[in-house]
Amino acid sequence: MNSVTKLLGGLLDWIDARYPLTKTWNYHLARYYAPKNFNTWYYTGSLALLIMAIMLLTGIWLSMVYIPTAAEAFASVEFIMRDVEWGWLLRYIHAVGGSAFFIIIYLHMYRGMLYGSYKKPRELVWIVGMLTYFTMMGIGITGYMLPWGQMSYWALQVVISMFGAIPVFGEDLALWLRGDYVVSGVTLTRFYALHACALPLLLLGLVFVHLIALHEVGSNNPDGIEIKANKDANGIPLDGIPFHPYYSVKDLVGFVVFLIIFSAVIFFAPDMYGYFLEGINFAPANPLSTPEHIVPNWYFTAYYAILRAIPDKFIGVCAMGLASVIFIFLPWLDRSPVKSIRYRGWKYRTALIAFTISFVSLSWLGTQLATPVFVWMARFFTLIYFGFFFLMPFYTSTDNDKPVPDRIP
Amino acid sequence: MNMRLMLCVILYALPLALFAAGGNLHSYRADVDVSDTKSLQQGARTFVNYCMGCHSAKFMRYNRMGADLGLSDEILKANFMFGTDKTSDLMTIAMSDEDAKQMFGGVAPPDLSVTARYRGADWLTTYFMTFYLDPARPMGVNNLAFKDVGMPHALMELQGAQRAVYKTATDTNGKAVNVIDHLELVAPGTQNQKEYEQTVRDLVNFMVYLGEPVRLKRQQIGIYVITFLFFLLGVVYLMKREYWKDIH
Repeated sequence: MNSVTKLLGGLLDWIDARYPLTKTWNYHLARYYAPKNFNTWYYTGSLALLIMAIMLLTGIWLSMVYIPTAAEAFASVEFIMRDVEWGWLLRYIHAVGGSAFFIIIYLHMYRGMLYGSYKKPRELVWIVGMLTYFTMMGIGITGYMLPWGQMSYWALQVVISMFGAIPVFGEDLALWLRGDYVVSGVTLTRFYALHACALPLLLLGLVFVHLIALHEVGSNNPDGIEIKANKDANGIPLDGIPFHPYYSVKDLVGFVVFLIIFSAVIFFAPDMYGYFLEGINFAPANPLSTPEHIVPNWYFTAYYAILRAIPDKFIGVCAMGLASVIFIFLPWLDRSPVKSIRYRGWKYRTALIAFTISFVSLSWLGTQLATPVFVWMARFFTLIYFGFFFLMPFYTSTDNDKPVPDRIP
Repeated sequence: MNMRLMLCVILYALPLALFAAGGNLHSYRADVDVSDTKSLQQGARTFVNYCMGCHSAKFMRYNRMGADLGLSDEILKANFMFGTDKTSDLMTIAMSDEDAKQMFGGVAPPDLSVTARYRGADWLTTYFMTFYLDPARPMGVNNLAFKDVGMPHALMELQGAQRAVYKTATDTNGKAVNVIDHLELVAPGTQNQKEYEQTVRDLVNFMVYLGEPVRLKRQQIGIYVITFLFFLLGVVYLMKREYWKDIH
């Protein structure tokens, strides 16, 4: 036993002399001091990493069998579901994982809005995080196309036609993206390259930068108090605890709870009643038959509702783009000296509730047929959605914020 | 206001989004149970005898069906396979898409491997129950679930022929229009109402199985996986509690 420990210690020394292994371990885990008051919302970061790992692994295995051509794509997915050993499980994990990824990321972003995690000094953490989210959207759109069902085909047709709404060069841009005059096998193959190679590489890079930026400035917490302001004689934050082992063992509990819910969906409702896998996507793509009711995945329906709420297509596309990009400006729109919702006044609290209701309502409206009543409802919620951002400098600077304690209570 | 309230707002709004489906006057509810092997076997018989004349199930293999439904190779070959005697073959048909298009007015009968996942079991049940005579259609029948369907009523010899009984109703513009009130049997088939409902139930049950052969197995595996995860949760939770003892 003793000689084994000695041998391993020697090996570690040998590596450390050539590569900063212990140093990296300490910097990011064993001596990364995180606030001791993380709550449930703080599981979302490590859960997002877990899902990313799950998606990369299942994706690699699926790509061994999937065939990205118009003639073979649909059949190869059914081949995976029936003839590939455990293929059905890989496919369900990957398909449900896509939705789970977005649920976790939306909660992760919402956590940032609850506790002001985007505020100084974490602006870059937030911006890189938003870029990661946009990359995920790209992965979602390109991945949704791959089963080559009716909705894969027609939802993509709609997405690409939005680029066509841009004046002057829009049509050329749409043509360049499609590689054809309509969505076709050419589009499928190039989107597969983006989905399985280019975008995941970008995602990994961005997540890496997100974590490096986070560990440079340190984690925020539910009280929005900077723990680095109060350190002991050794320079260790008084309200901080080493990430490893405290949060690594705590996040493990989060992992297992997540996996229980995730498994319940995968094994008992993998299509989630049509929200994760739509029925119509089990009809093969048919360029000659347009479905009556084209809807994007549930995670885009809020933006889709905003698009449909605006009568002019180009302005609608701009509003939709702005609705997703505008989060980037939160660090500068928010003028409050206070980070956490716990010490904010009634104005921000009210605004955030109104925003939450409008985001959820828009998401639901985006799944429904655009009847006149629903369009007017979508317009109302679109106004609230943008009002939350555009009026933010005014209501946050005049809010009756409470005093923030120096130390975590 | 605190986080709990926030969560409540989200959790309150979610079900609104999830349960917003409408009803239909002439719709049937399916009774799906893919663990009912007898029903699946009956459904498979109806499927190969009445559907596979024109429709393929080209993503499915005969021997997979045999293994899942408890049918030996001999029984498969004798009662379920008419175009081939290799049990590992896919459930394809001899009719080409080109010929089919000519015969059925431009649309080839679609492959039925995943139709149950596309249409849903309730829709399929309604479809099989609501064929009615309509001389205006090329095949002489129409359908309440699938208006102006191009297919003949393949199960008519079992169900018999139904005709539509109309009533007068007012549409949204206040105009009087004729709408179908209900269907009535005008020529009985070889099965009575109850027997035919059972045939349809079995057929739909089989098509649900056909759409996802692993359905039964995945639920069984799911129970093991989740049981294990709950056990693991206990272990990691105790570990977490042990480590966190010294944090106040």
